[in-house]
Amino acid sequence: MNSSPTAGSAGRFQSKSAFPYLLVFFFLLSLVLSIRVAQVDPRLLFEPAALANLGRFIRGMFPPELSRSFLSVLGPALVETIQISVIGTLLACLLAIPLGLLATSSLTWSGILHERREAKRRWLLGFFPYAVARGLLSIFRSIPEFVWAFMFVRAVGLGPFPGVLAIGVAYGGMLGKVYSEILEGVDPRPLEALRASGATTLGIVMYGLLPQALPNVISYTLYRWECAIRASAILGFVGAGGLGQQVELSMRMFQFNEVITILAVLFVVVASVDLLSGKIRARVVR
Amino acid sequence: MFELGQVRKVFSDGSVAVDEITLTVGPGEQVAFIGPSGAGKTTLFRLLNLTLRPTSGLLRLGGVEVSILSDFELRQARRRIGTIYQQHNLVGRLRVVHNVLAGNLGRWSTLKAFASLVRPQEIAMARQALGQVGIPEKLSARTDELSGGQQQRVAIARVLVQDPDVILADEPVSSVDPSLALSIVTLLRDLSRESGKTLLMNLHSVALALAHFPRIIGIRDGRVLFDLAPDKISDELLGALYAGHAEEEIQAERFNELLADSGVCRPLPK
Repeated sequence: MNSSPTAGSAGRFQSKSAFPYLLVFFFLLSLVLSIRVAQVDPRLLFEPAALANLGRFIRGMFPPELSRSFLSVLGPALVETIQISVIGTLLACLLAIPLGLLATSSLTWSGILHERREAKRRWLLGFFPYAVARGLLSIFRSIPEFVWAFMFVRAVGLGPFPGVLAIGVAYGGMLGKVYSEILEGVDPRPLEALRASGATTLGIVMYGLLPQALPNVISYTLYRWECAIRASAILGFVGAGGLGQQVELSMRMFQFNEVITILAVLFVVVASVDLLSGKIRARVVR
Repeated sequence: MFELGQVRKVFSDGSVAVDEITLTVGPGEQVAFIGPSGAGKTTLFRLLNLTLRPTSGLLRLGGVEVSILSDFELRQARRRIGTIYQQHNLVGRLRVVHNVLAGNLGRWSTLKAFASLVRPQEIAMARQALGQVGIPEKLSARTDELSGGQQQRVAIARVLVQDPDVILADEPVSSVDPSLALSIVTLLRDLSRESGKTLLMNLHSVALALAHFPRIIGIRDGRVLFDLAPDKISDELLGALYAGHAEEEIQAERFNELLADSGVCRPLPK
């Protein structure tokens, strides 16, 4: 029996480096420290006072409030939430499409489309706008929509409009970043062919880039719309209209039976949007 | 049409793909480039179609030095050069008609290009080009549903719509069967003859090159090894060109045998 090949192949998997062990060690260490810093203490959950509060909260939820007068307040709030999410996502797209295109490195300054450009022009007309767009997108998305909503409520007053602006800006940042990543991931060979035939950059975008990227772009935008519905329900907490405002009111009045009704409505809405966007996605991605 | 003076292309990793190539191709000429893979033929074509910038040396197109062209002039120059790629370089998700009409992008305004995606413009042009390559019925098919050979013909139709002065074909027949390969090569050569377009073609198959082109350039290690008429090319020269690339030599022979077996050229349906 010749055992040397077996020994050789086993040797390949025996790393002599201590790096993996160090990595595991630091991971465990950071986990332990995180639990301490985050003051995780499960016992708190089971203290009599906590349990009593929890019990009151849950008991208060039943029976759910289904009176006509409450539901008639809820209807418009629900419609408002959906409208905030739709218009907010639309605004996000309007921000994300130009910024996302500028933030696509393969389109603005690096790679095969730019091999012939002078270094100076490539830098000034390509890299500079790219960096500005990247920076803007990263500011937009690093500030949570909740904080944006808080600021816009101060700027334009209470109501659904600050909610629309908050979702538009925060989600515009996320969509733009993801758009640029999708666009950078497409097959560059058709783009090279279009460039070589004298097409303008916009021509390349329309005939090479977008047709390849569209299914993923649409799919991700729909996913963001689902998130926007959940977010717009929360934004009401800071006065940006919709269902959230009702949740906040009912919570403050200790009307937990109203809270459960609103949550149930929200669940149904989010679930049906999931279903709808799943259907659209299945049609688009072929 | 093309004048190259000591053109060099060194990639950022330090590899020399094209090493001081000097050659002139006149208008209306038909030239085949042969040589082992990795010899720099594809890089040379990407220099010629103004995708890559030479590291050093002179490159003239129609008497004009291209390194001084502005972005706009560069685009104008690229319009005059049509390229057919080994991998077709089409957008599979688009319908054939859009891939073919994309040949117009150098001429069309942005607005017209956009309108055409909604409702194809100058559709007769696309229909005629597809007829010329023998697949008129594929006009509204989705491109990725076509076979490799059909996609290559769509790519040729795109170049026909572009109507350039020069056609560069980089291994246009390496992914199709031998008899179709022959008909594509003859189609391009006849087109060049009739319309006076310059034709430059990279070919894997020595037999096809020798049989159909009046001028053969052998490229090895980024340099021109020979630049001769086909009847001046001896077996020793070919041996030197492919030396050390035994596999390719054998493959080339097999291909030639296949070609001999399959007999005559399958005509493209009119």
